[in-house]
Amino acid sequence: MRILALLRGIGLALCLALVALPAAAQDARPLPDEIVTRFLADSFGDTEAAIGAVAASGAPQAADMLQALGDRRLFISASAKGLFYRDGAGKGFDARTGQPADVPADASAVRLNNRLRGVVQAALGTLTLLSPDPVQRLRAAESVFKSRDPAALPAIEQALARETNARIRNVFEEARAAIIIADTKAPEASRMAAASRIAETGDQDGLALLRQLSAQATGNLKSVIESSIQTIERRQQIRQAGQTVWFGISLGSVLLLAAIGLAITFGVMGVINMAHGEMVMIGAYVTFMTQEVFRARFPHLLDWSLPIAIPLAFIITGLVGVLIERGVIRFLYGRPLETLLATFGVSLILQQAVRSWFGPTNREVSAPSYMSGSFEFIGLQITYGRLWIVVFTLVVFFALLLLLKATPLGLQMRAVTQNRRMAASMGIRTRFVDAMTFGLGSGIAGIAGVALSQIDNVSPNLGQNYIIDSFMVVVFGGVGNLWGTLISAFTLGIANKLLEPFAGAVLGKIIILVLLILFIQKRPRGLFALKGRAVEQ
Amino acid sequence: MLTMRFLKLIEGRGLVFLAVLTGLMLLVPIGNLAFPPGSPFHVSTGTVVLLGKYLTYAMLAVALDLAWGYCGILSLGHGAFFALGGYAMGMYLMRQIGTRGVYGHPVLPDFMVFLNYKELPMTWWGFDFFPYAMMMVLLAPGLLAFVFGWLAFRSRVTGVYLSIITQALTYALFLAFFRNDMGFGGNNGLTDFKDILGFNVQAQGTRVTLFVLTCLALMGTFIVARVIVSSTYGKVLIAIRDAESRTRFLGYRVEHYKLVVFVLSAMIAGVAGALYVPQVGIINPSEFSPANSIEAVVWVAVGGRGTLVGAALGAFVVNYMKTFFTTGWLASYWLFALGGLFVLVTLAMPKGILGLYDQLRGKFSKPATEPGREAA
Repeated sequence: MRILALLRGIGLALCLALVALPAAAQDARPLPDEIVTRFLADSFGDTEAAIGAVAASGAPQAADMLQALGDRRLFISASAKGLFYRDGAGKGFDARTGQPADVPADASAVRLNNRLRGVVQAALGTLTLLSPDPVQRLRAAESVFKSRDPAALPAIEQALARETNARIRNVFEEARAAIIIADTKAPEASRMAAASRIAETGDQDGLALLRQLSAQATGNLKSVIESSIQTIERRQQIRQAGQTVWFGISLGSVLLLAAIGLAITFGVMGVINMAHGEMVMIGAYVTFMTQEVFRARFPHLLDWSLPIAIPLAFIITGLVGVLIERGVIRFLYGRPLETLLATFGVSLILQQAVRSWFGPTNREVSAPSYMSGSFEFIGLQITYGRLWIVVFTLVVFFALLLLLKATPLGLQMRAVTQNRRMAASMGIRTRFVDAMTFGLGSGIAGIAGVALSQIDNVSPNLGQNYIIDSFMVVVFGGVGNLWGTLISAFTLGIANKLLEPFAGAVLGKIIILVLLILFIQKRPRGLFALKGRAVEQ
Repeated sequence: MLTMRFLKLIEGRGLVFLAVLTGLMLLVPIGNLAFPPGSPFHVSTGTVVLLGKYLTYAMLAVALDLAWGYCGILSLGHGAFFALGGYAMGMYLMRQIGTRGVYGHPVLPDFMVFLNYKELPMTWWGFDFFPYAMMMVLLAPGLLAFVFGWLAFRSRVTGVYLSIITQALTYALFLAFFRNDMGFGGNNGLTDFKDILGFNVQAQGTRVTLFVLTCLALMGTFIVARVIVSSTYGKVLIAIRDAESRTRFLGYRVEHYKLVVFVLSAMIAGVAGALYVPQVGIINPSEFSPANSIEAVVWVAVGGRGTLVGAALGAFVVNYMKTFFTTGWLASYWLFALGGLFVLVTLAMPKGILGLYDQLRGKFSKPATEPGREAA
């Protein structure tokens, strides 16, 4: 108890000293001579006073020095009448100036006792709370929050008065509230206020603290603490739900991206394209090759390889699609089951071709700098990679919608699919339009491959992971309806992520599949069925 | 009189098929058991097992042909029915291991001991009893097909939609059986079998017996299928295949007809799977992979759908090709060959190998009409 009171006294003394500190105190300047003299005296009383003076000096080496002192790496040398310390790596410094220097041979470590160690720790904590480096201040405040050491309270108050960064301020306030609420001697009113303060912004740590205290608290304080716990829990639930929805949207955008090309080939043209997944796979390999070329030739432009891979993937997979349409599918219009088998054969051939060309192993496609990292948005952790994919998916979706609704080619496509003979009579080259439509669907699958190369392994089996999901998305949304595909993809994505915490990833997926199968029994034409005669083929 | 009716029922090529099977059933065991290794007439045990495997595939193909070739139900889930039958048999075989497992537990199979199971899960109860296991071989795929078909046909899910949801079903089962929590051995499946009905599964005699049984089962399947397709019921099936709406308007309960043939077909597939497992010695979740089911469809397409004999022939031809390709330097070309076969058959040989003769003859004489073409 006495030690505690003493620590508090020292903290207060330090703060008072710091209040008097001018703003320019952070500039490099040597320690005053009297500090060195006090250390040289090597008595516990002098050392204690010297520690306070070092902390108050604002010298840049002060923190290193005190750390060294705590670890018995601070030395006095009678011969040189100087003060030296070594850093963690053993490099010597002159403590007075903070410049590198050799530690003299006769140097001996400054003696410490337990009480002085406590003084050193308190001084260090205060120093970091006031450190010019915001990261250090934040870390110090968090450690105070965890220790809830009442001795740090004056230092926190002091730091709070000077803090301008809103985020760090918040942590300081929380730490202060944590100290007050944990201090059983503090007046009840201020402890209640502290509980409310923690409820305002507290997270998991705050919750743990409040739970721990609510067991001991009584009366009004207990009820305030309990309502604070509820506030935090409610906020956490909302945040959790938000995070789940975001993950769902992220998964949904991947599903949409994979399915959107199929929404053209299957949804609009009615071709059961089992090779769709392989188009995605080819798109991913185009990305890989583009990146390899950039890596070898223009390493400084590596970040640009992804944007450049997008049109390349579209063109290459689009051409492959046109080839497949001209070579196989056009002979099979009106025979959907045969189309299914033939395109499955094509998918096997494409897989094996890629496997013999690039080998069966996974290929590495690195993320460009603007896609790595993450940021926090209203309490949600959002990675840039996922955000880009969501944005990209929506851009592709609306571009496709625009193409179908607002261009001559889109008009012709819709005309051919709605009434082929009528369209032909109006002078539309239906065969050309068929090839273009299939090429468009395949090209979009290729674009999807560019994005999916960022989140999945680029291997010959890449496409197989998406083909069944893609068909499910298109069928669930309603064949021939792009908006249906959009809604269906996001619904499935979010539903999947909602199920995951309860059922696990695989079982969640199985449940979704079974629900989908049941849904299709109920509404065989999907969520948004096309009405009219076109349904019965 | 009865013989005449039987001959008429089976048709010419059916008789050839049955004769070939009978020949196999008699000659292969003789070759294996009566002639010593080294003799030109000797059939190695490996070949017996391989042929037995082909025969179970042929059964699966006949089952699929019954549903697809005669009723237009293109199921991409028959591989799953096959695997379910296989798992039922595998579970029986696992229970027969008894204390001879690595851990020597009297009741629990090795993988359950490994996964810290305390007692046998309910799904495994009764599988040490052979008749119960055989019942499950029929019931597991049959019930699944019944529930699935009842829902699907009643709500008139047809054509490609049906194919896609059967594939989704297969995929769901595929994922489910990979899970350790399912209690079916997870990734590794069921293997290390010892006995079947007290006979060592590895023994030459057991293998030959299983081969003969498989031959008999295939013949039985074929005759049952012929009886079905030649009956009035079979005619309605064909009518449904060619014009489903019209058949419905004529007053037939289309969904009932489809359901019966679908369930029957699934059960035959289950039996084929049950015969497959003791011969091959392992069953694992990869049997559920959607690609396997599609491959079975291509056997039927290669042989000629709607012929039954063609389906069995296709299964033999494609699997022989597979063995030929995958054992040697051609291995990396197998998928090219299989993929090419898919494309070639659908584009150039819509009636498969059996239809090739008719197709060629039609080309050189008058252009024949192609009934059932619009069925697709």
